[in-house]
Amino acid sequence: MMIQVENLKKSFGENEVLKNINVSVEKQEVVVVIGPSGSGKSTLLRCINQLESITSGHILIEGADISDKKANINKIRQDVGMVFQQFNLFPHMTVLENIILAPMKVKKIARDQAKEKAIELLKKVGLEEKADAYPDSLSGGQKQRIAIARALAMEPKMMLFDEPTSALDPEMVGDVLDVMKRLAKDGMTMVVVTHEMGFAREVGDRVIFMDGGYIVEENEPHELFSNPQEERTKAFLSKVL
Amino acid sequence: MGFRFDLIWGYGPLFLSGMMFTIGFSLAGIVFGTILGLIVSFGKMMKNKWLSAPFVCYIGFFRGTPLFVQILIIHFGVVPKILGQSNAIVAGVIALSLNEAAYIAEVFRAGIQSIDEGQTEAARSLGMSHWQAMRYIILPQAVKRVLPPMGNEFISLIKDSSLISAIAAPEMTYVATEMNAQYTLVWEPYLTIAFIYLILTLIMSFIVHRLERRMATK
Repeated sequence: MMIQVENLKKSFGENEVLKNINVSVEKQEVVVVIGPSGSGKSTLLRCINQLESITSGHILIEGADISDKKANINKIRQDVGMVFQQFNLFPHMTVLENIILAPMKVKKIARDQAKEKAIELLKKVGLEEKADAYPDSLSGGQKQRIAIARALAMEPKMMLFDEPTSALDPEMVGDVLDVMKRLAKDGMTMVVVTHEMGFAREVGDRVIFMDGGYIVEENEPHELFSNPQEERTKAFLSKVL
Repeated sequence: MGFRFDLIWGYGPLFLSGMMFTIGFSLAGIVFGTILGLIVSFGKMMKNKWLSAPFVCYIGFFRGTPLFVQILIIHFGVVPKILGQSNAIVAGVIALSLNEAAYIAEVFRAGIQSIDEGQTEAARSLGMSHWQAMRYIILPQAVKRVLPPMGNEFISLIKDSSLISAIAAPEMTYVATEMNAQYTLVWEPYLTIAFIYLILTLIMSFIVHRLERRMATK
């Protein structure tokens, strides 16, 4: 089991945004999380790599409890890549520097070796000619593909995607989804929060529908989309499909 | 009676040494104030309220009381306590540095906190520690942003260093008051130093502009 979430609760002050969540993600599985905004899906993702501290419950990454105070979160995060809605590229560095910084500083990999790997990743996302460009000169879709390459440079065992295409112009979405599809095909374990129902259907091994801080329903995509069991799932799907 | 350029010329060596002292006090204030200011700003940003409290008080005191009063306290109180005797140069450097640090700390803090939270999150999600994220991601961006307000603080410091003439530190304004006392002349000494202060602050803003430009193209 790659990720195991047990009885997770998360509150911001008085506001409880996650109410007793239980999820597990197996190796090489692609889990897509859908639901209306404010349902807690991004918070769940951010709890998984501890960008948000959890209020109660447990999160285990490959069996290690990350909510344990003694857990080395910096070490665990190396195995958990994350891609953000707003890309969060480092604007003061070139694309190449963005990608090689963490491998060099965190994993202590030699510059030449990190660079070689970075070029390889840039080829994979189709942007090798942008190695020396600064993020400001790139389109949203290009930025997001660079952000994916940057996360992959740490050679993570799993990847979290937090609405990776929500900030993109429609014509850019396809390129980013293509990269993600290829990643899934290569066997990456992925948790994807998205509004792209086509992607969920095509790539997801399992779709989780969240609403109001609960997991309302989860199933294999074809089943969930064509034969939803819960009223709230039906209501949501009738609006987005 | 015309403008006595001859007397200004006669005071030339004294004005020159006064100017060097003014530059020296200002540079010392900039260097020590910046280093101390960085430390204080990190102190104030600590999450633990008890640990950050002394730094909050420090900034509050030095920004909330007149620099002139701080100079008097340090010259007549603090320095004699430490050295056993008063020393205007030491007191001047300490007062300017401590005061500058409080302002620099707030400039730094504003700069650091103006960097988008997502930058830290991206760095941390890659496995970087808090300090690595600070060092490689936040500070390089913050420095670029705080350069203009820092330049303003440095210019203020050059002008404010004139206050330490009151404790007979041998800087430029003190030389001018001496000349005023000796010849009972007003315009000659004070217009002369006003002119020199103007040159110094113009040079300072020119340097800051150059730095800004160079960082912007990087």
